[in-house]
Amino acid sequence: MTTQNLELDLLETVELDDEGYLIEAHDWKPRLAEAIAGVLGIDLTDKHWTVIRYARDVHAQTGEAPTLRQIVQNTDVTMKEMYQLFPGGPAKYAAMIAGLKKPTGCI
Amino acid sequence: MKTFLVLGAGTAGTMVANKMNRMLDPDEWRIIIVDRDETHYYQPGFLFIPFQIYSTPEVVKPKRDLLPRSIEVVITDIERIEPERSRVVLTRENRVIEYDTLVIATGAGIHPEETEGMLDGGWRHNIFDFYTLEGAETLGQYLKGWPGGRLVVNIAEMPIKCPVAPLEFLFLADWYFHRKGMREKVELVYATPLPGAFTQPTCSQVLGEMLDRKGIHLETDFNIGSVDSGRGVIASWDDREIAYDLLVTVPVNRGAAVIGRSGLGDELDFAYTDKHTLRARDWENIWVIGDAANVPASKAGSVAHFMLDVLVENILRQENGLPPLPKFDGHANCFIESGFEKGILIDFNYDVEPLPGRYPLPGLGPFTLLEESSVNHWGKKAFRWVYWNLLVKGADLPISSHMSMAGKRTIEPIRSKS
Repeated sequence: MTTQNLELDLLETVELDDEGYLIEAHDWKPRLAEAIAGVLGIDLTDKHWTVIRYARDVHAQTGEAPTLRQIVQNTDVTMKEMYQLFPGGPAKYAAMIAGLKKPTGCI
Repeated sequence: MKTFLVLGAGTAGTMVANKMNRMLDPDEWRIIIVDRDETHYYQPGFLFIPFQIYSTPEVVKPKRDLLPRSIEVVITDIERIEPERSRVVLTRENRVIEYDTLVIATGAGIHPEETEGMLDGGWRHNIFDFYTLEGAETLGQYLKGWPGGRLVVNIAEMPIKCPVAPLEFLFLADWYFHRKGMREKVELVYATPLPGAFTQPTCSQVLGEMLDRKGIHLETDFNIGSVDSGRGVIASWDDREIAYDLLVTVPVNRGAAVIGRSGLGDELDFAYTDKHTLRARDWENIWVIGDAANVPASKAGSVAHFMLDVLVENILRQENGLPPLPKFDGHANCFIESGFEKGILIDFNYDVEPLPGRYPLPGLGPFTLLEESSVNHWGKKAFRWVYWNLLVKGADLPISSHMSMAGKRTIEPIRSKS
């Protein structure tokens, strides 16, 4: 069995919503992050882990996923890097890989 | 003598000061309100100025005219709030005011300098905002002589004050250029960081279809990284470019810097606030109302108005040794001008998205929800009188602070945002 199959098996052990966000944040573990990132076509680097750890810390304190501005202001990752690390939607894909709910847009 | 101190004399602060003036015993309390500006602006009117629908005198009044003589009005910047000492240090003459109860109503403002290149060369030449009186006035002058081209409206980052205003601007621009007989010479583009025309699904769909009908191009998920005023191009962080001849920007909105430097606010200087009681997160004698609060509600005058009753009740409860009640539901009620003397009304809160139906209101209504009608347009125009004469005076309006489901049609299960 290949590594990728193992990761996909791991994804089947947890409950995801329609868009692929983990329903229970406490179901998350680092290997699951790698599995979700794999599905998104992202190889996790140290920079990714900085963002993931920060996002989980914020969620533990506030119950919400951080905004892009919070991530950039409170870690050493720049805005430009965020778009390179999580192409197509840095705040939402960072939350998805960190096992958090989709960030709520402010209106 | 106890001190009730209000920071900020905009829509929210003026309402609070006026209402508390009727509630507090003048033998026991003095009320002081602080603001940096002598002038009160009717901010919903700024939208109409570029299109010569309103003129400046219709949207300004001296702040003192909106407050009774018994309230002390101090015009100054604020150096810092010292919550651990229950005092505020003002810039003017370094005056220190010790308070028993503090209300933060310092609002939100635009920060074009936060976007690279925004202030380089193009600012107030072919780049304008309409969230300041000066921006709206200069844009109006520019539009009078503009020969046409591509007009791009861009939101730099959420949250912003009055999140429907950029859409209203586009609807009015479509109407304005039609009226001038030059609509075919103008390309209208809406570049937004949101995934659709608006955030909430039903409303986003309705407004998205309206943009389409009016021939306005929608560019979603566009997070602006920089402006190149030499080339006339805005670029997103993911390297998409949009060329403009005229850029109407809604720059980054921030709370007052004094909130951040006093350790009371988040990354954007919005004050940490309990979203249901409206008390400051960390301080029992500090309350927050209006745009200054970091609650996940719209930054709009209607929201400040709906906050008012909850805030006043909770302050009075606390005075009587009772705990504050978690009664604020995030209620917002917004008229959206859609051009051609029509409008849309949306009514929603933290948990219920804007729904279609009818909005009952004695005397004026019913208004149509999420659907264009003339009565909505006249409701919005009538609102200026209501604002100056009732709303900022803290008078009761025939609209409940809590959102009601009366008249609303649920077309699918109500979505919860939490």
